Amino acid sequence: MDRIITAAIVVFGVPAVLIGYIWATEQVLRVVPQRARGRVRPWLWLAPALVLLFVFLVYPTIQTIILSFQNRYGTAWVGTRNYEWFFTAGPGLSALLNNIIWLVCLTVFTLVVGLAVAVLADGVRYERIAKTIFFMPLAISGVAAALIWKFMYAYQPPGAPQTGTLNAVVTAVGISPVPWLTVDTFRLNTFCLILVMTWLWTGFGMVIISAAYKGIPVELVEAARVDGATEAQVFRRITLPLLAPTLAVVATTMIITALKAFDVVYTMTNGAYNSQVIANEMINELFTANQQGRASAIAVILLLAIVPIMLFNIRRFQAQEAIR
Amino acid sequence: MSTAVPDLTTTGGKVEVVGTRRGVGRLPVHVVMALLMLLWLVPSIGLLVNSFRGQQDFATTGWWAALLPPKDLSLENYAHVLAEQGLGANFVNSLFISIPATVIPIFVAAFAAYAFAWMSFPGRNILFVAVVGLLVVPLQTTFVPILQLFGPKGLHINGTFLAVWLAHTGYGLPFAVYLLRNFMGGLPREVFESAAIDGASPVSAFFRLALPMTVPAIASLAIFQFLFVWNDLLVALIFIGTNTANQPLTQTLAGLVSSFGSGLQYLAAAGFIAMVLPVLVFLALQRYFVRGIVAGSVKG
Repeated sequence: MDRIITAAIVVFGVPAVLIGYIWATEQVLRVVPQRARGRVRPWLWLAPALVLLFVFLVYPTIQTIILSFQNRYGTAWVGTRNYEWFFTAGPGLSALLNNIIWLVCLTVFTLVVGLAVAVLADGVRYERIAKTIFFMPLAISGVAAALIWKFMYAYQPPGAPQTGTLNAVVTAVGISPVPWLTVDTFRLNTFCLILVMTWLWTGFGMVIISAAYKGIPVELVEAARVDGATEAQVFRRITLPLLAPTLAVVATTMIITALKAFDVVYTMTNGAYNSQVIANEMINELFTANQQGRASAIAVILLLAIVPIMLFNIRRFQAQEAIR
Repeated sequence: MSTAVPDLTTTGGKVEVVGTRRGVGRLPVHVVMALLMLLWLVPSIGLLVNSFRGQQDFATTGWWAALLPPKDLSLENYAHVLAEQGLGANFVNSLFISIPATVIPIFVAAFAAYAFAWMSFPGRNILFVAVVGLLVVPLQTTFVPILQLFGPKGLHINGTFLAVWLAHTGYGLPFAVYLLRNFMGGLPREVFESAAIDGASPVSAFFRLALPMTVPAIASLAIFQFLFVWNDLLVALIFIGTNTANQPLTQTLAGLVSSFGSGLQYLAAAGFIAMVLPVLVFLALQRYFVRGIVAGSVKG
């Protein structure tokens, strides 16, 4: 009961306080000379957001960079030892390799299937239902998706009845059942985890690509056909180039998603059998190994991997602003 | 950015005109689409069917066996999970976490977005570019310092709802400010100019004009933030941690999945309970969700 009251106070109280704050700033501004008002006001409006952004994102990021050069208790400087550990010891390198596989495969899978669905479903009578089917997993948590796919990948020894969907299919065609999540040959288990995320994220790519695809003028495609272009040529020479900027946007999002991959790995294997990823290794170091310095170093490595995407986004944003 | 994006929900019944963007024969298209759709549906259907099955069936057959008679399906698993395993409490926790963590950042962001869109001040562009940069900062780089800030030597709020509300507000802000500012910036300039000429203060211009016109973007944002928080595992693991009384559904569910093996029939039901609210929200408000995705796709 207490909690309901607290939550109600927060849900209604915080907006009320914020509205009161903005109203109060306007009263305060009345005493400020007319000419200074326009210069002061924006900062008063920005203040709550800037303070929160600083406290929860900017300051901690700087602090984490500092901690990454310190020991596990944050009491002494250790130079680059935490980074050396990551790039020489087993778990770090293995996770790094997996993240590269994640990055390539998740991006390619979601782009290819997303593009295929966007193009193939365009104009069919069941387009709306088809899109909803691909889109819906996006509403589901990584944890729930992990659970759904645990039932897909479930394994029983040969001879026992296979209750997992995939192994039932595999044994039906005469192959012996595969313990999907424990086989690290060719990193099979990592591919199985990536498949779960592909299932979750394909709808994201599909929606964005579909919006761009529908924006391609029919006349353009018709003109090419009249000139004798085959369907393959139309797709390669007209559709793909026109979709390229959109595909780049989807790709950047998927690259970041792959680098940050966590829930599915944490829930399905927790990194066992060489399926570790950077984000989960960081949590491991922080809570299981109590290695604050190493955890910080891993976080910084993750951040550095994302910086190119950040710069790409900023440049794209500035290009958009220029034509605004 | 917001120009002529066809709406996912309105394109379904579109009549085929003479020309099409694609000329591939119809039959292969339907076959490929049918296969892909089946592939995407089977995992969820498997879970749904499993959640109604008994322990006996689980050990010996897969979910597909329940499609043929004799059907032995019941709601028993749900009753057990909600009552005896206390998953109902986790469901309530998820609500307690999600609703404030959705409402607060929207309000904070709306004021900032308006300032970015309609007030001029030195450093405006650089500051907003910084927000765009913050969009992709991995949450991992913030955990250690914020854990200390929230810890016994700081605010002493680790494990409480307040900790996750604050964290989600901070983490959600870059996207919220970005989305709302882009939308507000696209509102017609004349509206605000004539309001200023009529002597309206920025406060009344914001509440009477900007805010009502921004409702579609706020709706998109609210759905995003709600789904993000409801589905979040990472932030809950860090800031709720071992305080079982406050854990959301995702955290409890993750714990149950890790010990996958016994009580599978209950696990299936628990999974469905965790999915039902976000899926309903999603189906009801799909249109806003799609708009938000297409408009905000810089986000990572």
